[in-house]
Amino acid sequence: MEIGLSHYLTLAAILFTLGTLGIFLNRKNVIVILMSVELILLAVNINLVSFSAFQGIIVGQIFALLVLTVAAAEAAIGLAILVVFYRNRGSIAVEDINAMKG
Amino acid sequence: MPSVLPPLGAVLPELLLAVSAILLVLIGAIQGEKSANLINGLAIAALVAAGVLVLLQPGTTVVAFHGSMLVDPFARFMKVIALLGAAASLVMSVDWLSRAQQARFEYAVLVVLASLGICILISAGDLIALYLGLELMSLSLYVVAAINRDSVRSTEAGLKYFVLGALSSGMLLYGASLLYGFTGSVNFAEIAKVATQPSLGLIFGIVFLFAGLCFKVSAVPFHMWTPDVYEGAPTPVTAFFATAPKVAAMAVFVRVAIEALPNVTHSWQQIVTFVSIASMVLGSFAAIGQRNIKRLLAYSSIGHMGFALVGLAAGTQEGVRGVLMYMAIYVVMTLGSFTCVLAMRRDGRAVETVDDLAGLSRTRPLMALLLGALMFSLAGIPPLAGFLAKYYVFVAAIQAGLYALAVIGVVASVIGAYYYLRVVKIMYFDEPAEAFDGMPGELKAVLGLSGLFTIFYFVYPAPLIEAAGAAARALF
Repeated sequence: MEIGLSHYLTLAAILFTLGTLGIFLNRKNVIVILMSVELILLAVNINLVSFSAFQGIIVGQIFALLVLTVAAAEAAIGLAILVVFYRNRGSIAVEDINAMKG
Repeated sequence: MPSVLPPLGAVLPELLLAVSAILLVLIGAIQGEKSANLINGLAIAALVAAGVLVLLQPGTTVVAFHGSMLVDPFARFMKVIALLGAAASLVMSVDWLSRAQQARFEYAVLVVLASLGICILISAGDLIALYLGLELMSLSLYVVAAINRDSVRSTEAGLKYFVLGALSSGMLLYGASLLYGFTGSVNFAEIAKVATQPSLGLIFGIVFLFAGLCFKVSAVPFHMWTPDVYEGAPTPVTAFFATAPKVAAMAVFVRVAIEALPNVTHSWQQIVTFVSIASMVLGSFAAIGQRNIKRLLAYSSIGHMGFALVGLAAGTQEGVRGVLMYMAIYVVMTLGSFTCVLAMRRDGRAVETVDDLAGLSRTRPLMALLLGALMFSLAGIPPLAGFLAKYYVFVAAIQAGLYALAVIGVVASVIGAYYYLRVVKIMYFDEPAEAFDGMPGELKAVLGLSGLFTIFYFVYPAPLIEAAGAAARALF
């Protein structure tokens, strides 16, 4: 079977859905949320690179590289905020993020 | 031979902000925490200087970096408002910073970096610049929200903002990747040339992209973070959140819709109309039960974003002019309201409930008068500035044939007036509570300017209308 663009797009769509579900259905741990965010960005990168490869337009790969860089910075900042939160609250369970109603 | 150097003059304000952010970090690292006030002052100067540079740029459209950056009257108008909001919120944080445990020089540096992201976002001419500007802004904002790192509420606000912000960036990016894939370009002008027929992939891309943008302007159904972050973050930070990033997100929303997708207006018009109605209605009803004034202002800002989006839903030049005027007036009114929240201190401690304002007209008559005028203006009562802002977006909606949207908007505005007027009633007719501590001079100045602008704007509205009109013309 020939693997075409639509297969890559389907894979990316599945990964994106998994990542989004991981954020909304997860009731346990904030670290899992960070992993889900990475999954979403990974899905985007697969999209960008496969579009770029199949259409021969290089800009998608440049975009993907920039996304990778920003994703690293985002993860670093997320973990840093998580560490300060843990110091104050003593827990990183999702149900303990409840100092304010909402 | 063409010049190798890109036209750096076009991005001079951004360069200034970037260089000053680096210099401020250096000064902070050498001088330590005691330099917080010095760095705050220098950051204000840098933001004002960047604003002046934006004003000095010629009134033509400059395309820089192969279409990645667009410097047109629209970008200049929005940049001036955003930089004004950022500079004013730094002015408002002088007193807050001088309290010992909050003396962090990183705060002002992060605000300058966020402003740099905001300027790039407003000038973005392709999806890559849009994403990078948005992330530079957002990453700085996540940290700023959690700047009070010993407080549970501040760090929780930062964490909530981060999780939902990262999700929305992911959705925006997924939309951007689909848009790129189905049009073969990341440049807005190129996308506009190709995207003439609404295909399935294109519509999916638009939906995801707009979902991400809706989160950044805190429009319903992506508003969940707003009340918690507004309440949890320190008040000067909240004032910043409510002004400059909103302006930038609204600017890029308008630019993407009008510049990249002008031929598939019907596809996005429905989304914007729905989001606008939902925001106006939720902003009006959900604010009624709020006791905390920061949460109240959070729901108020959700509602105001809905009103501003009415102009975008119209999709016409008048509509965009309405959005621009709305954002300018919204920023001024919001800054004024937050100076009052900042001034709500008793015995050196901040108080935040609406009932603490009781009898303010007798303890502090001038503050009560100005806050009352701001509340009337936020409610949209003529002849104050807030009324004119709403008038222009609703007229644009009616001209575009969106009668239902305009009617729902006016009804939502009337319902929303209830909780604004309740604040006025508590200030003027309730038994006085204990008086607040004295108001620092810089807060008085910001409140005075904001109140005067709001009250007397109708006397001479022409300059703002003309500037917004010129800015809107640049997009069509």
